[in-house]
This record gives sequence, structure tokens and C-alpha cells, in this order.
Amino acid sequence: MLLNAQNLTLARGGVPVVAGLSLSLEPGKALILRGPNGAGKTTLLRTIAGLQPALDGEISGAADRIAYAGHADGIKAMLSVRENLAFWAQVFGGDAIEAALDAYALHPLAERLAGTLSAGQKRRLGLSRLLVTGCPVWVLDEPTVSLDVDAVAMFASAIKAHLAGGGSALIATHIDLGLEAEVLDITPYRARPDQRAGASDEAFL
Amino acid sequence: MSIWSYANPVKFLALSAKVQPVLWVTSISCVVVGLIWGFFFTPDDFRQGSTVKIIYLHVPSALMAINAWFMMLITSLIWLVRRHHVSALAAKAAAPVGLVMTLIALVTGAIWGQPMWGTWWAWDPRLTSFLILFLFYLGYIALWEAVEDPDTAADLTSVLCLVGSVFAVLSRYAVQFWNQGLHQGTSIPVATGERTVSDVFFYPLLVSMIGFGLLFLALVLYRTGTEIRLRRAQALRVRLERAA
Amino acid sequence: MIALLIRDLRLAFRAGGGFGLGLAFFLIVVTLVPFSVGPQPALLGTIAPGILWLGALLACLLSLDRLLALDYEDGTLDLLLTAPLPLEAAVSVKALAHWLTTGLPLVLAAPVLGVLLNLPVPGYGWLVISLALGTPALSVIGTFGAALTVGIKRGGLLLSLLVLPLYVPTLIFGAEAARRGAGGQDVSTPLLMLAGITLATIALMPFASAAVLRMGLR
Repeated sequence: MLLNAQNLTLARGGVPVVAGLSLSLEPGKALILRGPNGAGKTTLLRTIAGLQPALDGEISGAADRIAYAGHADGIKAMLSVRENLAFWAQVFGGDAIEAALDAYALHPLAERLAGTLSAGQKRRLGLSRLLVTGCPVWVLDEPTVSLDVDAVAMFASAIKAHLAGGGSALIATHIDLGLEAEVLDITPYRARPDQRAGASDEAFL
Repeated sequence: MSIWSYANPVKFLALSAKVQPVLWVTSISCVVVGLIWGFFFTPDDFRQGSTVKIIYLHVPSALMAINAWFMMLITSLIWLVRRHHVSALAAKAAAPVGLVMTLIALVTGAIWGQPMWGTWWAWDPRLTSFLILFLFYLGYIALWEAVEDPDTAADLTSVLCLVGSVFAVLSRYAVQFWNQGLHQGTSIPVATGERTVSDVFFYPLLVSMIGFGLLFLALVLYRTGTEIRLRRAQALRVRLERAA
Repeated sequence: MIALLIRDLRLAFRAGGGFGLGLAFFLIVVTLVPFSVGPQPALLGTIAPGILWLGALLACLLSLDRLLALDYEDGTLDLLLTAPLPLEAAVSVKALAHWLTTGLPLVLAAPVLGVLLNLPVPGYGWLVISLALGTPALSVIGTFGAALTVGIKRGGLLLSLLVLPLYVPTLIFGAEAARRGAGGQDVSTPLLMLAGITLATIALMPFASAAVLRMGLR
């Protein structure tokens, strides 16, 4: 098992949104998160990635093995595509820059400044960053935003290759990627209005 | 019963409601008695004349200006370690009071300094340190106002208070090194136990200092209560919205 | 860590990176001083060490609000937080990059501007030494201020309000050393104090900066 989360309670802006949620990620498997806007998908992903603490519950096996991709790609406009990738490769200690450029067909763009790319091209660069990190667990928040059909296919095959290599992925998405993956709908875990569970304003009620 | 049980906002409010009337009455009467005694029933100083009487405002406010920051430092530490909301809110509530105390100390100091040193302002180490303290208060309050999430604001201001305290002490010594100054020494040096002020002046000053201390306490309790009720109203509103 | 340093330096030197802005600001401040206080060489020579220190401090302050805010906006900070690089190291490297692109050029430019202000001859060496010792502290303390205000909209002005009181001890000892040097007096006490402050802030402030950054990004 690559990652295990037990009985999570999560808050957004001091208010509990998700309660009693458990999930685990196995090598070679992906888990798709579903749920309407505001259900807490982003909050869950940020918590799993270690960007914010859970109110309650435990996450094990996560430290330093997660590559997170959120709404912003962390791309510097004044660096070339290759320089952007090389930076993240060095930070994470990976080296698969050429393979990452291949996977998302970025070779023709490699020497261009990232600021001159289109939104979809930037997104491809953001996703190719996952490949250079060498992390076994990918945590992805709406990865296919602004991607065209071809790019979505590139992404799906990158995910498949990652899973085949013993990796794992947790993806919040609304489109069908054609993956053999378990689906977790987090709507039933919505925190009840009367549920307090250590949220920051609990003390005042 | 542990003292930490008063970290619960409801318990804190109940206790502070009981204590506050007593505090207000004693503090205001102490301040009034101390000031009237000091202003009208003490002899003029043989060198400084009647200008010395501003001491009954100047020293207590200066004392509380420093003690308020010290209290904020302690409550900030309690918030960072034990995460009691009341503690963070008390620090928030104390800051403007401390700011006003610093301002009173600076203004009365200037008024006192004019006839004594012949200038409203001198870059004397003590005056300069208080001016720097004033800036620290301003920054601290501004940071509280700028951060939207109340818990994040409490975290950030607490760390600022800690770091600021270190730099405030450092500034104090730097300023002392930088300019030796005109200000007279401490009126009541605690370490040696000797007083440089005679009893006639000392007792009204003591009453006034106690009065300022209690007044500070009353103000902080009152303001902390307001902050707690604000947070409570906010929490209730969020809960109503989610129930709807 | 070296990757982060190289990236920050590269970004600073490319178009729109803001390298040289601080230097230009420093030049303008120093140019404006004689217009405001008068051109008497004796007066300028007396205040030159203080003016040069103050100008360097303000120039340092100028670029602080870009130090972390840009990385916050494009999501880089979030990604750095999940990277296997300690955040304390990351903020130290960012402070170092800030010093290399802002502080160091100021140190090197100060003697040239000293000529404009009629700085006494013995003062040049001590001015450069005091700035070289003091400006790293300005960058490290400034990084703490930038970390405090990273999530705040229009945090630039607040950043100045928070950071300037923290700059007081550095400014006092730094300018005192430069002033004594220009006057031919003994500079060892202020210089040692300045070095002490710089070393202590380099050692301790990254922990405060990283803690504050984690709180602010939550």
C-alpha cells in the first residue's frame, strides 16, 4: 500500500466540509474522486499532499513521495520549457526530462519561453512535471482543464504508464479518462451542519 | 480545577462578567485618587517645579505600555503552544490599549521634556525606544487587520510578536549604544530596592500605577469579551447558512 | 537547493526580473539628497555614511514584495512545500538569491555614490565592509516579512510597516560603523555587533520564515 488515510475530517475556512472519509492507494491502481463543486475535493487533495492539516484522522505513507498538481502549475514565464522542467527535476531529484517532453509532445516547444505558451500547452508542461519528480503517488486536481482531445489522450497514456510502473494516482476529474479505476464519490461524506469535530469555531458555539 | 478551564470562551465570559464591575470601579477610583492626590496635594519639586506632576500620568502609562507588550508575548506563546482561542483574542484585544498607553507616554514625555530639556523631542534612548515600540504596535495591529482567516491571523501575529520582542530588546540596546541621552534614570529601580523619589511623591504615584494596571486589565477583559462575541456570532451565522 | 538558487538568479536577470531596479533606486535617492539638503560639501560629507546606509536599506525593501509573492501567485510555493526540500532551506536560498541580486550590487555601487556625496576618504573601506556585513541581515529579515504577508492582497505597504522596525538594530550598528570609519574613529564595537546580528538572523530567521509560510499557505 502506498498511502493510507483513515477517518479524515477536513475543514475549509474553519468550517468542516468532509467527515469520516477513508481511502487507500495501492501500487498500480488509480482512484478517481467525484463530487459536486464545494464537496471538498480540493481540500481533500491538498490535505493528502500535506499542504494543510486534517482536523481529525490519520494519513500514513505520504511524506515526500507525493507529486501534487493543483490549479496553478508553478510555471515561470521567463524560463524556457526545458528550464522549467529541469528545475523541478533537480528539486525532486529526478532526471527523466527527455521522457517527460516526449510524453506530452513538448519537444518542439522545449526552447520556447513558457510565458509564450497557450493555456493548454502550459497545462501539458504542468503535467509533464509529474514525470520528472519520480514520485510514486500522484495527487491531481482537475488535471484535464484546458486540454484538447489529443492532450487528454497523452495524459491518459502517461497515467497508464505510471500505473504500470507500480505508481499510483488520486485524481479529481469529471471526464472519463478510459482508465480501469475505482471511483470514490465523496458526496456522502459531507459533514453535517451540527458536526463540530474540532473545527476552529467550535469553541465559540 | 485547572486554570486552563478558563480558556473556554463561555467560562471566560462568565468569570469576566463577574470580575469586571469590581475592576472598573477600583481602577477608575485608583486613577482618579492617584491623579488628584498627585496634582493637588503634593509639594512642587524644588528643581522641576509643578511640571514634575505629569509623572503621575507619564510613569504609569509607560509602565503599562511595556507590560501590555509583555502580556501579548505571553498570550501569543500560549496560543502557539496550547491553541486556546481566548489567549489569541486577548493578545489582539490588548494591542490597541498598549498602543494608546505608548502614545500617552510619548505625549506626556514631550510635554514634560519641553520645560525641562527645552525641547519637545530629543533622540534620547528611552524616547526612541518608545517610538520604536509604537511602530511595533502599529505593525502588529495592521497584520491582525490584514489577514482574513482569524486562526491564520492569530498564528501570524503570534510569531510576529515573538520575533518582534527579540528585535525590540535588541533595538533598546542598539539605541542605548547609539546615543547616551538626557532622560533621568528609573524612578523606582526594582533591583536595588532604593527609591530616588521621596515618599510624598511615591505614594500617589503607586496608587496611580495600580489604577492604570487595573484599568488596563478591565479594558482588555472588556475588549476580549467583544472579540469572543464577534467570533461566536460569526460561527453561528456560518452554521445557519449551512443548515439552510 | 542549488537548482532553486540558479533559477531565482536566472529569473532576476531575465527581462522583467527586476534586477537593477534597486540599484537605480539607490542612485536616485542619493542624487535627490543634495537637492533637498543643499550642496555644501562639508554637510554632505557628514551625512554621507547615513544617507548611503538608508538608501541601501530602502533599495533592499523595494524588491521584497516580489520575493515570495510571485511564487505564491503561480503556485510554485505550494509545489515547493510538497517537495523533498526543507522549507527552511528554501527560504534561506531565496534570501541568498535576494542578497546576490540586490544587496551585493548595492555594496559594490556604494563607493561610487560615496563620491557624489563627498564621503571622506577613510570612510570608503568601512562603508563597503559595513554594508557587506549588514545587507545579508536585511535580506534575511526581509524574507521573514515577505513570508508574513505572502497571502495578503496588496501586502506591499504592510510589508514595509512590519519590516522597517525590525531593521532598526541593523541600521543603527551599520550606519554607526560607517560613520565612525569616515570620522577615523574606532569601528570595532559596531562592526562586531553588526556581524553578530547578521550571523544570528541567518541562523535563526529561516525557521521563523518557514513556520510563518506554512501557516499562511494553509
